[in-house]
Amino acid sequence: MDFSVLRNLISRYCAGEEYWVDSRTVYIGHKEPPPAAEAYIPQRYPDNRIVSSKYTLWNFIPKNLFEQFRRIANFYFLLIFLVQLIIDTPTSPVTSGLPLFFVITVTAIKQGYEDWLRHKADCSINECPVDMVQQGTVVRTQSSKLRVGDVVMVREDETFPCDLLLLSSSHDDGTCYVTTTSLDGESSHKTYYAVPDTMDFKTEQKVDSLHATIECEQPQPDLYKFVGRINIYKEREDPIARSLGAENLLLRGATLKNTEHIYAVAIYTGMDTKMALNYQSKSQKRSAVEKSMNAFLIVYLCILISKAVINTVLKYAWQWSVDRDEPWYNHRTEIDRERHVVIRAFTDFLAFMVLFNYIIPVSMYVTVEMQKFLGSYFIAWDKDMYDEELGVGAQVNTSDLNEELGQVEYVFTDKTGTLTENNMEFIECCVDGHVYIPHAICNGQILSAASSIDMIDSSPGGYRREHEDLFFRALCLCHTVQVKEEETVDSIKRGIHLGKPTSFYISSSPDEVALVEGMKRLGYTYLRLKDSHMEILNKDDEIERFELLHVLNFDSVRRRMSVIVKSSSGEYLLFCKGADTSIFPRVVSGKVEQVRARVEQNAVEGLRTLCVAYRSLSPVEYEETCHQLDDAKLALQDREQRLAQAYDLIERDFTLLGATAVEDRLQEKAADTIESLQKAGMKVWVLTGDKMETAAATCYASKLFRRSTQILELTKKRTEEQSLHDVLFDLSRTVLRQRTLSGLSVECQDYGLIIDGATLSAVLKPSPESSGSGNYREIFLEISRNCSAVLCCRMAPLQKAQIVKLIKASKEHPITLAIGDGANDVSMILEAHVGIGIMGKEGRQAARNSDYAIPKFKHLKKMLLVHGHLYYVRIAELVQYFFYKNVCFIFPQFLYQFFCGFSQQPLYDTAYLTLYNISFTSLPILLYSLIEKHISIETLKRDPTLYRDVAKNSLLRWPVFLYWTCLGLFNACIFFFGAYFLFDNTTFTSNGQLMTTNTQMMFGNWTFGTLVFTVLVFTVTLKLALDTHHWTWINHFVIWGSLLFYVIFSLLWGGIIWPFLNYQRMYYVFMQMLSSGPAWLGIILLITISLLPDVVKKVLCRTLWPTATERAQSNRPCLTVELSTIFVLTQSDNRLSF
Amino acid sequence: MAPSYNAKEEDGHQPGATGHGGAGTMTNKKPDNTAFKQQRLPAWQPILTAGTVLPAFFVIGLIFIPIGFILIVYGLTLLIDYTGVDMSSPCYNCSQSYSWNNTQSCTCSVHFSLDQPFESNVFMYYGLSNFYQNHRRYVKSRDDSQLNGDKTSLQYHICTLNRCSKECEPYRSSDKPIAPCGAIANSLFNDTLELYYIDPNGSRTAIPLVKKGIAWWTDKHVKFRNPSGNNNLTVVFQGTSKPVNWRKPVFELDPLDSDNNGFINEDFIVWMRTAALPTFRKLYCIIQKKPNNMTPTLPRGEYILEVTYNYPVRSFDGRKRMILSTISWMGGKNPFLGIAYITVGSVCFCLGLVLLSIHYRYGKRNNSAEISS
Repeated sequence: MDFSVLRNLISRYCAGEEYWVDSRTVYIGHKEPPPAAEAYIPQRYPDNRIVSSKYTLWNFIPKNLFEQFRRIANFYFLLIFLVQLIIDTPTSPVTSGLPLFFVITVTAIKQGYEDWLRHKADCSINECPVDMVQQGTVVRTQSSKLRVGDVVMVREDETFPCDLLLLSSSHDDGTCYVTTTSLDGESSHKTYYAVPDTMDFKTEQKVDSLHATIECEQPQPDLYKFVGRINIYKEREDPIARSLGAENLLLRGATLKNTEHIYAVAIYTGMDTKMALNYQSKSQKRSAVEKSMNAFLIVYLCILISKAVINTVLKYAWQWSVDRDEPWYNHRTEIDRERHVVIRAFTDFLAFMVLFNYIIPVSMYVTVEMQKFLGSYFIAWDKDMYDEELGVGAQVNTSDLNEELGQVEYVFTDKTGTLTENNMEFIECCVDGHVYIPHAICNGQILSAASSIDMIDSSPGGYRREHEDLFFRALCLCHTVQVKEEETVDSIKRGIHLGKPTSFYISSSPDEVALVEGMKRLGYTYLRLKDSHMEILNKDDEIERFELLHVLNFDSVRRRMSVIVKSSSGEYLLFCKGADTSIFPRVVSGKVEQVRARVEQNAVEGLRTLCVAYRSLSPVEYEETCHQLDDAKLALQDREQRLAQAYDLIERDFTLLGATAVEDRLQEKAADTIESLQKAGMKVWVLTGDKMETAAATCYASKLFRRSTQILELTKKRTEEQSLHDVLFDLSRTVLRQRTLSGLSVECQDYGLIIDGATLSAVLKPSPESSGSGNYREIFLEISRNCSAVLCCRMAPLQKAQIVKLIKASKEHPITLAIGDGANDVSMILEAHVGIGIMGKEGRQAARNSDYAIPKFKHLKKMLLVHGHLYYVRIAELVQYFFYKNVCFIFPQFLYQFFCGFSQQPLYDTAYLTLYNISFTSLPILLYSLIEKHISIETLKRDPTLYRDVAKNSLLRWPVFLYWTCLGLFNACIFFFGAYFLFDNTTFTSNGQLMTTNTQMMFGNWTFGTLVFTVLVFTVTLKLALDTHHWTWINHFVIWGSLLFYVIFSLLWGGIIWPFLNYQRMYYVFMQMLSSGPAWLGIILLITISLLPDVVKKVLCRTLWPTATERAQSNRPCLTVELSTIFVLTQSDNRLSF
Repeated sequence: MAPSYNAKEEDGHQPGATGHGGAGTMTNKKPDNTAFKQQRLPAWQPILTAGTVLPAFFVIGLIFIPIGFILIVYGLTLLIDYTGVDMSSPCYNCSQSYSWNNTQSCTCSVHFSLDQPFESNVFMYYGLSNFYQNHRRYVKSRDDSQLNGDKTSLQYHICTLNRCSKECEPYRSSDKPIAPCGAIANSLFNDTLELYYIDPNGSRTAIPLVKKGIAWWTDKHVKFRNPSGNNNLTVVFQGTSKPVNWRKPVFELDPLDSDNNGFINEDFIVWMRTAALPTFRKLYCIIQKKPNNMTPTLPRGEYILEVTYNYPVRSFDGRKRMILSTISWMGGKNPFLGIAYITVGSVCFCLGLVLLSIHYRYGKRNNSAEISS
């Protein structure tokens, strides 16, 4: 036993580093162990301060700046800014410095504020009082002063200050009740146990006298795992070692309930606590839109660099003759002349970069971020996704993926609690093939008394009677349900319980509650667990007591649980309940056939079935069992594995008693939702741990499979008959033949695939010797790709994630969505592109780890078809428009270089350069991307096929991008050459006669730029106006308002001699331009020409090749006029056949 | 990481905030049923269809075409190149024998005739080509505060402390600070143009050229100002030197008219407004219409343009031109704008026709298909 300690010591010293230690030793109350036991090695642990804040007052500025400039975009803008500062550039550093400064400051303020809140929260947590036991008295200190090894007293309703090991509680049996709502959302009270040997240390003085050490693993984030051992030293006795498990560890953040007080010792403190370890940031998910945006950015960066290179090269080619380089009227300074030509060329290149850098604007990032952040509020605000019953609406955990909701191609859904209510109702049980149905099961109404049992039985025989008794007792004993007294529940009063003090059952598994409640209706009431005795009120109102000896907990691998009890007559009994597949192989006697038939029948009806079996143990066998269990529980290494082995040995040779059936009803509108999703072109996969028959029944009920669907089975049953290889090839042949046959026909045979966990792992198993492994995977993908629906049953949680990963990595790289409600779905939620959690009964763990959480499955429809679609359309327009308007903005400046001797003369004034993206054109697009609604919400909901219009990132594909860019280039050329010809060919003057104070005058280069800029601002704003399909008063206000703002700003900017500027080049330029008739005519003409092609393209496309969306848009006026439902129906039918 | 972390912490501090109990506390989280939050704001929902766009196209066509014709018809322009590149041209000699130090000015006279009389006010421009007034080094080579009458930027010792604009380099100072400094001012156009009408009887009549009222009013009265303090500009500009290429200092630009001298000389102001393109023209003067209104401002006939040839353009392949133009209510003669308007108008009209036919053939079919089914 001490060997491992020794080994630890050796490894510790050999490694010479503390962090190599794989376990930690905690000395309770900091008391050294007796010298004989082992050497006292002080270890250093962090104190109990929680630091969630990122910054301190001192490092805020450098650290925050560092963080911000790690973003590639910010770094790029910083670089541009620095270049402007260092070299002589055409635009002042203000033009890029100001926006950058603005963005950085706003972000810093936001992050600083958040961090300040975190500091405040940290402070209040760290300073909250804690009762510590020191020298036999209770001392009140601050939570942050707590150290590993301190003994702490916690009172009822207090939250644990760190991860504690329970030593003793005010309950005699050394148990305490805890709720972990804030950790994993499970509201049930969980029971934690003290080690029997420390149970009696119930006062401060006694606890202080405790002399023990705890060895346990180093902190790790798994909430449900803890392995340790306690060594208790008593005088003149060998130390006693006891194993410790998760049931002994009280986690920080959990709250003590129904227990007066406990004593516990701190094991993990501060940032080592499981809670702190669990709040590490999740890996960042990036949406497809973001990826295309980055691709576009790279294209634009290339354009930018090539523009700069072209201009630099042309500049030096053009300047070859000295008369061009330095004509007599325009000499260089001496310093400039002396510079080496390479340096000059490089500086010129940088200057061109600076001049054109606005093509990638800072504001795009800000706008996209704002759009995502603000836009996500519409999801949370949606009252259609609010659930009255739960009192919650949709919840957005990350706003980065809004648009991804409009791109989903695969939906992976959990069954239990997601498709179904997870509101279990006991339907029937069957003992040896005889069926018992409690009636009056509707509405959760419980009729007490045994009279309600309706037995479909015929001949009660002695043998049967015995089994029946055992069966009901088994169900009453074999569970982990707790009884909650009415008065301990604060706020909930279930209507049916009003009046009389009743208790109800709480468990982490709703099946168990349903079973125990079902038993109650059948006359066997489980009363409570008291002093490790379970009390049952049987049919004859007698209380039976069983001593609970061992609980072999449920786990998803074994899929069963057992209890070992000692009846009052001294008999040792092992009751086991579990899935049929895990019970039947272990049964040696009992009416297996009858029960199996019943189980299968129930499964087909979509009921959840459990089998119940027992085994009676002789005292000798019991001793042996105890020994095995204790051995396994004490193990420090591989405890899980050894426990599993022990369970495997114990749970065998069963006598089958019977089976139960529990119904889990489909969620409201689940079928409708699935149908809509399928119509929208999504493939729906159901991944469940349930058995095939039950899952398939649910699938049929939820219309995932139809009667016409041909089911392909890829299950263990089939692979046992044929080899996996053959089955796979068979199926793929079926599917592919069908496809080639139906290549031309409209109606395609629907396929549904059912695969189970065992077969799946065989398919995915990498087997190096057979070349077929990768092959199997491909064939499987090929088959599933041709199936409209896939059901995966008997899935372990990790397998769910594996499937998602498999599909994600397949060659089309489809966008996946995973939706689930339980802890077993978390892995797939994290794996999928979009993870959606259902705020269901199985705790909030799924909702917490998801990107979006919704109350019910039916809300997925609106989430994807409406919100997803709209967000995608909005952000796609946002991205394209941003690139478009910057091409329009910068390309004229590029063209101007050809007419100013490549001298980097900016076309626009500094103020225009700076404010174009910040204020003149930013608000309309932001607003558009927030509230644009190209089709009404009702239409989107009614017609799921519209979703196909935006599938596969269709609005951000390269052809569309190219179209926008070409449109931008075309507009830029119109702006520039339009103005060029106006200035070049004509005496472009204003009308002298009309203005009394002013005569005709010539216009200079700044008027030229202002003219181009005015046309530019109007054109891009009007282009957006043309794209807007939903004109609310806000749109009118912002679009016309921003144009007005431009005009007012220009008037003001040119209207005053600004004292702080060292140039006055814009003075009266705008006003003079407006006083000229040709300028007006030119502006109107150029705007018209610029907008014309886009309008024509739109009209032609709509008339000649309308998309489904456009049809729906055109139909809208008709629909609003004649609101005939028949018309609507024919419409949608018509669309379907298209 | 952290925000969610805090939220959880706070949850933990609420006693009894269990999932069941949540129903009571969380009802206030129910979203407001406002039109904005539910994205149901009343809205106008226009769609661009052939039907809605058609009238707009026809209207644009009908408006643009007449405007174009008006723009094309009005206005007269005459352009005379007097650079003297050809041996045959009268200014060839002057253009060859050029140096800045030449105190002897070279004159040449160009003959031309007008086929049409120029009515109303006639504007006379000088035009330069291949002259990069929009070169960046050139554009910024000025000191706006100096031109605005800021005395400090006229003083040498302050300039050495880098208080005055560095942009003027290398035309900032010779031994004394240069006023006006910078490349733009230094290269002020200094040809003198004079116009004579040759009567049929052979006698020359000088045509009065008005050199005032050619700059922007705001430039002349606000942006450009002589340094204040003394009416005698000679005193004000003491301690400064003239730009290198100038023949005379700034206070002698128009010694006869104090309102047109110094920085507020209108020729100077016009020159200081840098042109947008390398080929440009600038207003030289106005020939005002005759008061009696009976005879045209410039009657049909023979004319002589007398040029005092000072300005060198040969080195950079430039051209010098003299342009005479009348101005209509829509500005000067404007062939580009007129043609563009006519073109766009006709294109719109044609597109309208095309769309009309498409609308009738396809739009009807779509609609009828949808309704009949």
